[in-house]
Amino acid sequence: MNELLEILQDLHPEIDYDTHTQLVTGKVFDSFDIVTIIAEVNDTFDVTIPAEEIVEKNFDSAKALYALITRLMDED
Amino acid sequence: MLFTSYLFIGFVLLTLLLYYSFPKRFQWMILLAASMVFYAYSGWSNLIYIAVTIVSTYFATIQIGKLQNKTEIYIKEHKQELSREERKAYKGTMKKKQRILMVTCLLFNLGILAVMKYTNFTIDNINKIAEMFQKGTISFFDIALPLGISFYTFQTMSYLIDVYRAKHPPENNIFRLALFTSFFPQIIQGPISRFEDLSQTLYGPHDRDRRQIMFGLQRILWGFFKKLVIADRLVIAVNSIINNTDSYDGIYVFLLMILYSIELYADFTGGIDITIGIAQMFGISVRENFERPYFSKSIVEFWRRWHITMGTWFKDYIFYPISVSQPMLKLSKNSRKVLGDALGKRVPVYFATFVTWFATGIWHGASWNFIVWGLLNCLVIIVSQEFTPFYEWFHKHFPYGNTTWYKAFQIMRTFLLMSAIRVLDCYRNVGLTFKMVGTIFTKWNLMDLLQTGWSSLGLTIADYILLFAAVLLVFAVSMLQRSGSVREKIERKGPFAAYMIFLLLFLCILVFGAYGTGYDSNQFIYNQF
Repeated sequence: MNELLEILQDLHPEIDYDTHTQLVTGKVFDSFDIVTIIAEVNDTFDVTIPAEEIVEKNFDSAKALYALITRLMDED
Repeated sequence: MLFTSYLFIGFVLLTLLLYYSFPKRFQWMILLAASMVFYAYSGWSNLIYIAVTIVSTYFATIQIGKLQNKTEIYIKEHKQELSREERKAYKGTMKKKQRILMVTCLLFNLGILAVMKYTNFTIDNINKIAEMFQKGTISFFDIALPLGISFYTFQTMSYLIDVYRAKHPPENNIFRLALFTSFFPQIIQGPISRFEDLSQTLYGPHDRDRRQIMFGLQRILWGFFKKLVIADRLVIAVNSIINNTDSYDGIYVFLLMILYSIELYADFTGGIDITIGIAQMFGISVRENFERPYFSKSIVEFWRRWHITMGTWFKDYIFYPISVSQPMLKLSKNSRKVLGDALGKRVPVYFATFVTWFATGIWHGASWNFIVWGLLNCLVIIVSQEFTPFYEWFHKHFPYGNTTWYKAFQIMRTFLLMSAIRVLDCYRNVGLTFKMVGTIFTKWNLMDLLQTGWSSLGLTIADYILLFAAVLLVFAVSMLQRSGSVREKIERKGPFAAYMIFLLLFLCILVFGAYGTGYDSNQFIYNQF
């Protein structure tokens, strides 16, 4: 989780990722941010987030995103 | 069948009457029959194209669904015997079969769209090259573009991809899929609906809900107002400027930028209001396509609020799949090594942005002006993205970002930038557009416009006053919308006030709508796409 938080902090240091639960719906992340996160996650966790997983509920909070990464790693 | 024709109004009323007279289980069938009649009215042969798309999509998705079920059952039944690697390999094999089906169907339907829409454009470009080398030219094909082909092709493509992605199961009834593809209020100019949204309400059953019917009717009236009072009046001045490039340059081109932006807004949002209003009268929810776009403070925000269903379509089915594909992730790694972390990671995103905007441009029309329009949008987005650190520095040192004046400046800047790019849509010729826009800075003829020019554009002083009042009303309604539905606000004033307001609106359309000598009720701009 700390590695993911580092990636997210790099993008938007002003956000408190422990409490924010509307990163996409609240328009904090735009499509450029999402693609950057996916590339960083691919590098750090060696997991590919496919396009069909790019939905609001997977990116609205750091916790949800981490759950997605864990699930994809398990599936691998 | 033009939305603003008496024939269409009669058609909708008849459909509505049948819809609520028959038992509820027949409602969606009545809508399908009405959609087919509506579509056949544009030409019987057009039915063949849409039928081919429906049938091919139906069979592909049914097969994909069967493969998905088979995979699930097999894995469940052999869970104990299979190792993790074997399960993964089996899933991979089955997914590959699904992908072949999906891609084949996708290419087939895109092929129809490409042949119908882009053959003559390709021939035209080949001929231009042939002329340069003094070779013979190819004759153009005599093809009439089937009504709404860009919209229904994209709608079925999203349905197909979503079934492949297991977002929802395939529709087992081909006639229900046919209704999703051909639903008449939205087939000619969108919104581009997703199956998971539209299917929630499309197939009913629906009770006759007086409030929903009234709300639908009010929305239709508002759409007619924008189309007939504003757009169809403005188009006269817009066309005068476009068609007389020798007389109307300089300040007139600037005026064209503004007038065309207002016309397009009134025309397109008016058409979508009519679409959503008709659907609402049938009890069907159609996605909103606009969110007060001219209040956007940046071009990125503008594209989140203008033609929303098209923007999200390109984002979900082109931008993201390209951005997160293996080659792009590899490119990301390599470009970071070469260009450094900060710039390198943006290379694949910008590449995907370029492809997306190229596709958006060419989707709008088979001509270079649309392609250049798309690429200019792309350029502005990338430049503004690159300037982000500068904006942050600026706002840190000059903290005026939250003042009303600065926000107004941002809104005006975005509006003017979008309007300038859109001039490509007016002249339909890239060279001419740049030449004409250039005259804004080289030809000083403001006095000519103020003295006599304004009266030579085909509009009278009464037209200008009326347009000013109507645009002001649209602006006021947009401001009111920020705090919720205007129709609900009117409803709270009581039935008498509501009836009076909409009676007034109806009378305004009757009296001030652009009809009669010198005026033609025009096709909606987005119908051509």
